Amino acid sequence: MTVMEKVAATDQPLLKVEGLTRRYGPRIGCADVSFDLYPGEVLGIVGESGSGKSTLLSCLAGHQRADLGRVSYDGRDVLAMAETERRRLGRTDWAYVHQNPRDGLRMGVSAGGNVGERLMAVGARHYGQIRGKAVDWLGRVEIAADRVDDRPSAFSGGMQQRLQIARNLVTSPRLVFMDEPTGGLDVSVQARLLDLLRGLVRDLGLSVIIVTHDLAVVRLLAHRLMVMKSGRVVEQGLTDQVLDDPQHAYTQLLVSSVLQV
Amino acid sequence: MIRIENLSKSFTLHNQGGAVIPVMAGAALAVNPGECVGLTGQSGAGKSTLMRMVCGNYLAAGGRLVVGDLDVVRAEPRQIIALRRHTLGYVSQFLRVVPRVPTLDVVAEPLLAIGTPAEPARERAACLLQRLNIPERLWSLSPTTFSGGEQQRVNIARGFAHAFPALLLDEPTASLDAANREVVLTLIEEARARGAAILGIFHDEGARARVCDRLVDVTGFTPRAAA
Amino acid sequence: MSDLSPQDAYNFAYLDEQTKRMIRRAILKGIAVPGCQVPFASREMPMPYGWGTGGVQVTAACLVPEDRLKVIDQGADDTTNAVSIRRFFQRTAGVATTGATGEATVIQTRHRIPETPLTEGQILVFQVPIPEPLRFLEPRETETRKMHELEEYGLMHVKLYEDVARHGQIATAYAYPVKVEGRYVMDPSPIPKFDNPKLSGSPAIQLFGAGREQRIYALPPWTGVVSLDFDDHPFETSKAPHDCDLCGAKDSYLDEVITDDQGGRMFVCSDTDYCAGRRARGMKGRLWAPEPEGAA
Repeated sequence: MTVMEKVAATDQPLLKVEGLTRRYGPRIGCADVSFDLYPGEVLGIVGESGSGKSTLLSCLAGHQRADLGRVSYDGRDVLAMAETERRRLGRTDWAYVHQNPRDGLRMGVSAGGNVGERLMAVGARHYGQIRGKAVDWLGRVEIAADRVDDRPSAFSGGMQQRLQIARNLVTSPRLVFMDEPTGGLDVSVQARLLDLLRGLVRDLGLSVIIVTHDLAVVRLLAHRLMVMKSGRVVEQGLTDQVLDDPQHAYTQLLVSSVLQV
Repeated sequence: MIRIENLSKSFTLHNQGGAVIPVMAGAALAVNPGECVGLTGQSGAGKSTLMRMVCGNYLAAGGRLVVGDLDVVRAEPRQIIALRRHTLGYVSQFLRVVPRVPTLDVVAEPLLAIGTPAEPARERAACLLQRLNIPERLWSLSPTTFSGGEQQRVNIARGFAHAFPALLLDEPTASLDAANREVVLTLIEEARARGAAILGIFHDEGARARVCDRLVDVTGFTPRAAA
Repeated sequence: MSDLSPQDAYNFAYLDEQTKRMIRRAILKGIAVPGCQVPFASREMPMPYGWGTGGVQVTAACLVPEDRLKVIDQGADDTTNAVSIRRFFQRTAGVATTGATGEATVIQTRHRIPETPLTEGQILVFQVPIPEPLRFLEPRETETRKMHELEEYGLMHVKLYEDVARHGQIATAYAYPVKVEGRYVMDPSPIPKFDNPKLSGSPAIQLFGAGREQRIYALPPWTGVVSLDFDDHPFETSKAPHDCDLCGAKDSYLDEVITDDQGGRMFVCSDTDYCAGRRARGMKGRLWAPEPEGAA
């Protein structure tokens, strides 16, 4: 069997989204969004502010109810799922990285406690093992082990964001939602974080949906790209193809509007 | 290995009055395993456009473009991703990498992406960097700070790290000194000898004469309407 | 103590019938779902919040004229808080009162469980300042309610984790969180963790009232209650490593009393009734010297 046939035959989409729609009264949050996400794939969602990309992300992650459509994760209907089950997914198989680390961290709890929370939430009851795993994960996101008992408020923005990632990935999720993960960081810190994310995606086989307005970030991180405007997907395809040979008027405008360095 | 039939391409410029610019029509060529085919034609004739279409970077308007057993024109994005990961290597003229990643890791990445363990992947990367005369003291630095020639060599090392069955080379010997040019040409010959199908653009006529089995002039693929 | 009969001045046990019914409903609901916090419409009581308004309302709703009430504060029957609540019920319900744990039918307590084992038919009412055990880490009430509903209690262990990380052991010494019958995580009110084991399998009914926070919860008799811990840092009770200096008890919870400004100190049972009972039976501690007025 060739590689191509293997790709086609063996894996099933991890996430299957069909006709997802969310309205805010007469206004559209996002409308008729459909896509498949396969294991190990990084999907970028770009568009200007208010294009519906964040609404889409929070509908997918179950933080908001969708009005119409279907989302199935690993063959299970996410929208029809009981809340208990969806929240369980949220702390085991799924992860959500917020733009502002303060939204995703417990600022009053030590770095180790932050990373350990998901472990304890799924039943870990051995302090030594929890702590060992927390230290291991801090190492993976390049935070020194001797910071394990410090609170995130003592960390820089970049460290907080890496801590948030460690906290999310400690339970080996399969699907990670990221909302502008490099948003508030200065460029040199961004680069390090991007490299870290690429490595984690590759080594852990993560599937990622990343929302951003930074085209440079998606070019380096995302395999596939979805462009949104006014709540609708106007174009999707291979990331470099969409950026280098955009088909839709809006994408052409978006790409040509980026300042060259 | 690479087979192109009746391939066409046009650009629609929505933000400039919707102008449609046909840039290619009726393109056809084939590259067999163990064969190196050079694209020729004047600047702007469509050599790079054709290369970009082969690797899925540009969408084709019509025709067939088969690499291995995948028709790139009709393929799903994820099939193209798999194609690029396993089958089709691409050495472009520009190095595009995450800043601050060490050169050694940049070169090893294509191997890591197909599941090669870190150790042998790094060894292979080190071996290539050595051959291409990148001083070892630079390996731990990011190539974004390198000179143009050094970046070009890092790019080549990256492209040759994994033994791709098909390779696209866009001006691989441009901006290289004689010694490094020789190394790159040897690498190409080795790849051809192990059975890789290579499609390349070589402005360097000596290089073209040495590694290419055949030449294809893309001028013939220029649409008449536009000519 | 009053010339008026209590019924002339107040409804029996102060509360009007509607309120009493409402609180009794909440209590029954709490007993039906052990450890679950039941909201109730807490009334203004003639004492400030923090003085046991929740406990007083629960006690008032439980009392019947035949009851014998005991009120303790930190184990003692004679502190201001205990005395004022006891007098309140003497005036408004006219029930008999006692200091003896064994004789009481209803015991309202702040921060302790009596040392003398409780028996079937007794009701122990706890005063609760903050009923929500998850409050420390999750300030949103909507979220903590959801966590209880969905049994998401990982956060509770985060608190214990922080303890061990900071102090090398679980340093929480009072209000130590427990899990009730494998379901609800509950704050046992600020009793010392020394008392936690007494919560479990008790023959008495245990009721918890939080006035300011408007919550009632309960442990019916013989309920299993487990203190949360880690496998490698198991729950341990703790007390001062001494015997009572008055009655010599080895197994009771002790208060440290500073006796002079030269560093002199003594340890005495926090449960005054228990201590007095032992002394009455002739047991003596290191510093016990019977004085004419018994001013131990």
